[in-house]
Amino acid sequence: MLLSRLQFAFTISFHIIFPAFSIGLSAFIATLLVMWRRTQAEHFHALARFWTRIFAIAFAMGVVSGIPLSYEFGTNWSRFALLAGNVIGPLVGYEVLTAFFLEATFLGVMLFGWQRVPPWLHVTAAVLVAVGTAISGFWILSANSWMHTPAGYEMRDGIAYPLNWLRVIFNPSFPYRFAHMMCAAYLTTSVVVLGVGARYLLQGQFAVEGRTMMRMGVGMIALLGPLQLLLGDQHGLNTLKYEPAKIAAIEAHWRNDGPAALVLFAWPDERAELNRAEIAVPRLGSLILDHEWSGRVPGLMDFPRADRPPVVPVFFAFRVMVGIGLALIALGLTGASLWWRRRLFDTRWYLRIAASAWPLGFIAILAGWLTTETGRQPFIIYGVMRTAQAVAPVSAATVAVSLALFVLVYCAVFSMGIYYIHKLIARGPAAATLAPPALPHGLPNRPLSLAEPPAGSAAERAP
Amino acid sequence: MNPAGLVGAAYWLPLLSAGVIALAVAMYVVLDGFDLGIGILFPYFPSETERDQLMNSVAPFWDGNETWLVLGGTALLVSFPLAYAVILPAVYLPVILMLLGLVFRGVAFEFRWVAKPHHRRWDLAFAAGSTVAAFSQGLILGAVLAGIPVSGGAFSGGAFSWLTPFSLMCGCALIVGYALIGACWIAMKTSAAAEARARRQARGLLGLLLFFIVLVSIWTPLEFARVAQRWFSWPNIAYLSPVPAVTAALAITCWRALPGRHPTLAFYSAVGLFVVAFIGLMISTLPYLVPPVITLWQAAAAPRSQAFMLSGMALMIPVILGYTVFVYRTFSGKVRPGEGYH
Repeated sequence: MLLSRLQFAFTISFHIIFPAFSIGLSAFIATLLVMWRRTQAEHFHALARFWTRIFAIAFAMGVVSGIPLSYEFGTNWSRFALLAGNVIGPLVGYEVLTAFFLEATFLGVMLFGWQRVPPWLHVTAAVLVAVGTAISGFWILSANSWMHTPAGYEMRDGIAYPLNWLRVIFNPSFPYRFAHMMCAAYLTTSVVVLGVGARYLLQGQFAVEGRTMMRMGVGMIALLGPLQLLLGDQHGLNTLKYEPAKIAAIEAHWRNDGPAALVLFAWPDERAELNRAEIAVPRLGSLILDHEWSGRVPGLMDFPRADRPPVVPVFFAFRVMVGIGLALIALGLTGASLWWRRRLFDTRWYLRIAASAWPLGFIAILAGWLTTETGRQPFIIYGVMRTAQAVAPVSAATVAVSLALFVLVYCAVFSMGIYYIHKLIARGPAAATLAPPALPHGLPNRPLSLAEPPAGSAAERAP
Repeated sequence: MNPAGLVGAAYWLPLLSAGVIALAVAMYVVLDGFDLGIGILFPYFPSETERDQLMNSVAPFWDGNETWLVLGGTALLVSFPLAYAVILPAVYLPVILMLLGLVFRGVAFEFRWVAKPHHRRWDLAFAAGSTVAAFSQGLILGAVLAGIPVSGGAFSGGAFSWLTPFSLMCGCALIVGYALIGACWIAMKTSAAAEARARRQARGLLGLLLFFIVLVSIWTPLEFARVAQRWFSWPNIAYLSPVPAVTAALAITCWRALPGRHPTLAFYSAVGLFVVAFIGLMISTLPYLVPPVITLWQAAAAPRSQAFMLSGMALMIPVILGYTVFVYRTFSGKVRPGEGYH
């Protein structure tokens, strides 16, 4: 049970990072290509080629880390599959049908079609891939939201039967979760783009490309950061309505005995049911959660102990997420004001901060994910099925072995992936030249090494 | 075929769903078959030029190909949750092995290029991952064909119930089968040394595959009475006699086309061989999804779920097939040297 949980948490944490990055990156590349078509400016195309290679790696890791998930429902959580299969299954099925095939197929055109298809078709393929990743987000978040706020179904003999598909798909928390997650994906990618742009400017190379990336990154962050705050607030209100226990855990709010304070920091003690070392602002909690000066918010003690989520991880993960969110808003607005004063590209302290900010979005996504999923516990489907009831009849030893294998393989494969992405970024957009046109007489077919013999080998041989 | 005397939607919806799953599995076996086959044969193409050609010949497609596996898995979950919940725990370890194999070979497509010239380990990952994935799929197939111990609607065997001589044999058979269509694909898509080598390999693999087909045809009716009953009772034996005849015809076509000027014909007849073998296995198994206890009607999901899923499939599968064909046409013909985005 614990092992299955660990395995799922582990594989899905790896998985969530890459698709979130691919959603944002594919949209970014599609935008670049569209701009290139409209302006004919060469650096847009160079940037698109550069990010496409990084996208290919991120996407491949998203795919290979996603395939195990569709089977883990059966291998580790077969009782969940049995209970919810009627409802969740078709949503995932629609994801495969409407998104996976679209992405996977046109990715082929996008990656390898530079010379095989006309430019407009190539741009279209990139747009289709971006649309595919967004559709994929739509379905999977719908399925996930249903686990938080199940709707449009009835229970018969311990199995959920769908009644109204529209209510299943657009279940109460879905619109908020979807908007919040998509915004997070685009925001995360913008931070990476900004970071890479700032890095090049600091190093004094690829100036044209670096500036374009910084402009696009800052613009997106200044726009999406505040928007995300708004979306997050709405999502929180929605959660308060449907999953009050989660909000109580997020706020480490124990007793519903007056207007809620906003706990800035504390060490929640679940046994004693109180907060240690608490720093709190009176009434602010009510104001945020209820938009009322004296609003009342359910406390953890309103719920039986067996129905409470673990408080400590939810409490801290939420604070990490919000903290990063606020930091990103500051990053975006500072950048925008520097840009306004025409000092964006030569303010070195800002470049330095921006260049090292790239992982923040990913950390925030993981923290947000941890908040919402742990906050739903002890249920796997809120109010319907407990996680403990969902586990498959597989022996602990078997799960332990497979968990160990997953950890080993994922760590090896994904650290290599991140290393290669890093390597590509270090090489920069100049290295992403088009493969040379077809050689006439079947000469060595090693496009990469032909295109850039010095970059890879020299960098690695350097002492 | 209709044990419970079901009528209306309760009868034909599961049948349609099973048809769709069969289609997805067949598409997967054929499409990812050649692309896994290339991984299996990878070590036998020693030169760098040949290996690059091999990789480039499937690089635009492999992702779409593997999506059929995801579709098969989710369609099973959607349409037959009981079968999904019984089969997957029963073949837990082979499934995990297959997934890990697919992870390695999948990332190798990208990593290999970026890692050059230090890409030996990704060559190994590509070959080993493909082989392990193919072998595991054979194990799963063998375990399901042989039957799964079930009690109270859940899998009741041990962690290694799937491990039998029969499932091991199926694992080897699938490796050979995939390698065959892989070799035919290479012969069709590459040129020069790689093409010549693949043509030679394909003939040997074809012989080996025929041996396995005969072995399965003898083994299954001897070991499983229900299979013998299905094939050798009158009038089934008359209706089913075309199956071995078509198999033989396809094998001969493939053999004769291999050295000739039409490697495409060899590829398609190898694919045909696969499809016929697949149909043969379905004939042996139906109407069971989990032989010999759970029929497809017993495992079926709520009619509303199946109807919703099937309407989506009716709409989307033609579209998917359409753009799949488009992409294969875009990248048709021999791999051009130096091609790729890398």
